Amino acid sequence: MFYREAGDFKTSYVADSQTFPLKLDKVGFWVTMMVAWGVIPFVITDYWASALLVPFLIYAIAAIGLNILTGYCGQVSLGTGGFMAVGAYACYKLMTSFPDVNILIHILLSGGITAAVGTAFGLPSLRIKGFYLAVATLAAQFFLVWLFNKVSWFYNYSASGQINAPERLVAGFAVTGPASPAWAQYLVCLFFVTLCALIARNLTRGSVGRSWMAIRDMDIAAEIIGVNPLRAKLSAFAVSSFFVGIAGALFFAVYLGAVEVGEAFGIQKSFLVLFMIIIGGLGSIFGSFAGAAFLVLLPVALKIVGVDWLGWPTDLVAHFQLVIVGALIMFFLIKEPHGLAHIWGLAKEKLRRWPFPY
Amino acid sequence: MKCKLIAAAVAGTLAAGPALADLVIPDLSYRTGPYAAGGTPFSDGYQDYFNLLNARDGGIGGEPIRVIECETGYNTEKGVECYESTKGEGALIYQPLSTGITYQLIPKATVDQIPLHTMGYGRTSAANGEVFNWVFNYPANYWDAASVMVNYLLEENGGSLEGKTLALLYHNSAYGKEPIRTLEDLSKLHGFELKQLAVDHPGQEQKSQWLQIRRERPDYVLMWGWGVMNQVAVQEAANINFPMENFIGNWWAGAEHDVTPAGEAANGYKSLNMNRVSDLPVFGEIKSLVHDAGNAAGDGSNLGSVLYTRGMYAAMLASEAIANAQEISGVSDITAAQMREGMATLNITNARMEELGMAAIGPEFSVSCQDHGGNGLGIVQQWNAIDKTWVALTDYIAPDDSVTGPLIKEDSAAFAAENNITPGCL
Repeated sequence: MFYREAGDFKTSYVADSQTFPLKLDKVGFWVTMMVAWGVIPFVITDYWASALLVPFLIYAIAAIGLNILTGYCGQVSLGTGGFMAVGAYACYKLMTSFPDVNILIHILLSGGITAAVGTAFGLPSLRIKGFYLAVATLAAQFFLVWLFNKVSWFYNYSASGQINAPERLVAGFAVTGPASPAWAQYLVCLFFVTLCALIARNLTRGSVGRSWMAIRDMDIAAEIIGVNPLRAKLSAFAVSSFFVGIAGALFFAVYLGAVEVGEAFGIQKSFLVLFMIIIGGLGSIFGSFAGAAFLVLLPVALKIVGVDWLGWPTDLVAHFQLVIVGALIMFFLIKEPHGLAHIWGLAKEKLRRWPFPY
Repeated sequence: MKCKLIAAAVAGTLAAGPALADLVIPDLSYRTGPYAAGGTPFSDGYQDYFNLLNARDGGIGGEPIRVIECETGYNTEKGVECYESTKGEGALIYQPLSTGITYQLIPKATVDQIPLHTMGYGRTSAANGEVFNWVFNYPANYWDAASVMVNYLLEENGGSLEGKTLALLYHNSAYGKEPIRTLEDLSKLHGFELKQLAVDHPGQEQKSQWLQIRRERPDYVLMWGWGVMNQVAVQEAANINFPMENFIGNWWAGAEHDVTPAGEAANGYKSLNMNRVSDLPVFGEIKSLVHDAGNAAGDGSNLGSVLYTRGMYAAMLASEAIANAQEISGVSDITAAQMREGMATLNITNARMEELGMAAIGPEFSVSCQDHGGNGLGIVQQWNAIDKTWVALTDYIAPDDSVTGPLIKEDSAAFAAENNITPGCL
């Protein structure tokens, strides 16, 4: 009944290759965009912004980035935290060195710098793959965190080794610093999420994305049919790191405002983003959003249910959270290895045949 | 997904409900993770004292106290979530017990106008009250601690540390890096050599650092550690037979749980303390009115331990500030702004501490608009592994204000310039 191709006629190639070919999908997309851009900014509170929506949007960008590398191109990476740190520190250095330049440009530049660093660390992927590549990216993770701790130039020689985001304005409104209103933080993150998701969606549908997927599915076969592995792999690293760098810059400048590299961008951050794309669904933009939403909202929801409603001790709830997240990851790996995105796909399939399934 | 969103939405609206007429104290605690060993007793002491005031006096000035606990796991992201979820309830004061979270909250709390009390941790230059109007770090801070350590060692060595080597073993974070600047200045002043050894979060891996200590044999090892790092460091020091009496931790590296895992090998380990540990009469009251009534925070096993005492001390300083604020403003249901006023004019005397059943728990000190740092006194204590007690070796030692004072001025001036703050009293 829903999601039927029948009756949805396309009369030109352009119409046939659009992002959302089904009418219902298109309507759903525009309704989501309208709510996200037109409704939420007016009703958002400090708590909603800093506890739920801003981290969700930022992690969604990071998850899209990692999904391009791991989900689409098949290169396992454990360096996400380190690359986010590159984005954050690049943004900090740019913000403090060029205070008059717009912060949005700084965030984009931070993504560019991270893309360069990511490409450099992606070079080993031309020789090694699988577990060995994972270990190489793990080295990147530890090296980058060590670097930002060790070289005090990166944190402007501050005594504590922390970096603090100064206040920066966009169109007269503060988007970084403590005085920035919740809606401004939200809108900046939403802007970058929309941008990144559109770029990612279109890249993965085009020839670049197809060459990534060819490499993922069988690199030797891809090379024989004419996919250049050097270009495919390095472009995946570059694009992925670009997104991850933007996420890191937003994470530092907009969301937290003060960051300590070991604590904010440690190995656990790499795992968190990896869990997001595993739970959300490898090789799916929607899955990146679903996974990020799941892992950001779940702890908060558990806390609210456990502590505020049931009145359990806070430590018990915190321990339960570890148990539940762990159990869910195992559940997904066994029952639904393709993640939430696949469940969503199945639901759509079911809706299509409803009410007369066969 | 939708279900969760709705659940979160409902809870969000519930959490943002009208503030009840009572004194709200959020407790950003951590009872899980690698730092739980320190966070648990502190939080127990903090909450138990407020529970005692509720049970014995019906709160402060007739106004009941409501403690909201929120688990941060020593994690800054969760700390921010906790702050945002509790600030709307009419929070009077935040004590996050984490330097990382403190750095996060200093700008936020300043904008929201809620006082922040970081007792012996956090940003040291917050002692300059003219720049940091809403942040207090009395009675002592890290730079005081570094100076007290060096002053103690000067006394041990007949007034001179010329030619000695001091190694600083520190948690590689904002917390551990805080004393470096002061120690560098002190090393120039007193002619000792300073070696820096960083230990990464969470601190379980220290083999290479102790190998270096074993090779270079510094005269003293100073430690800025927290959580599991302390236990590992004491064990590693024992493993390389480093003389324990030359190993001095700061006041966050000197609790029972830090030394007991190493057993008798930890005998002689020294640490600073900012509060005295003794059998205070107030513990009896907490036992009978809070624990026996079934209102203990945690399992009640930490009563009287070093960090429990310090948590209780923190709660006492907060409740005294509330009482002070009530007296100044003339209302019992004070606001966060009035609370700040109460903290900025706080005066703790020996007579008052005795009256509260915690005689000589801390030094006498007073806070002013300019000086949010107290007098910075610290004692040196030593672990007796046979009796399992901390023995105070010294009376309160004063820091060298001529070293820390200019550093505080310099750092707070840099902060003021960065954030466009014109120093001045509120």
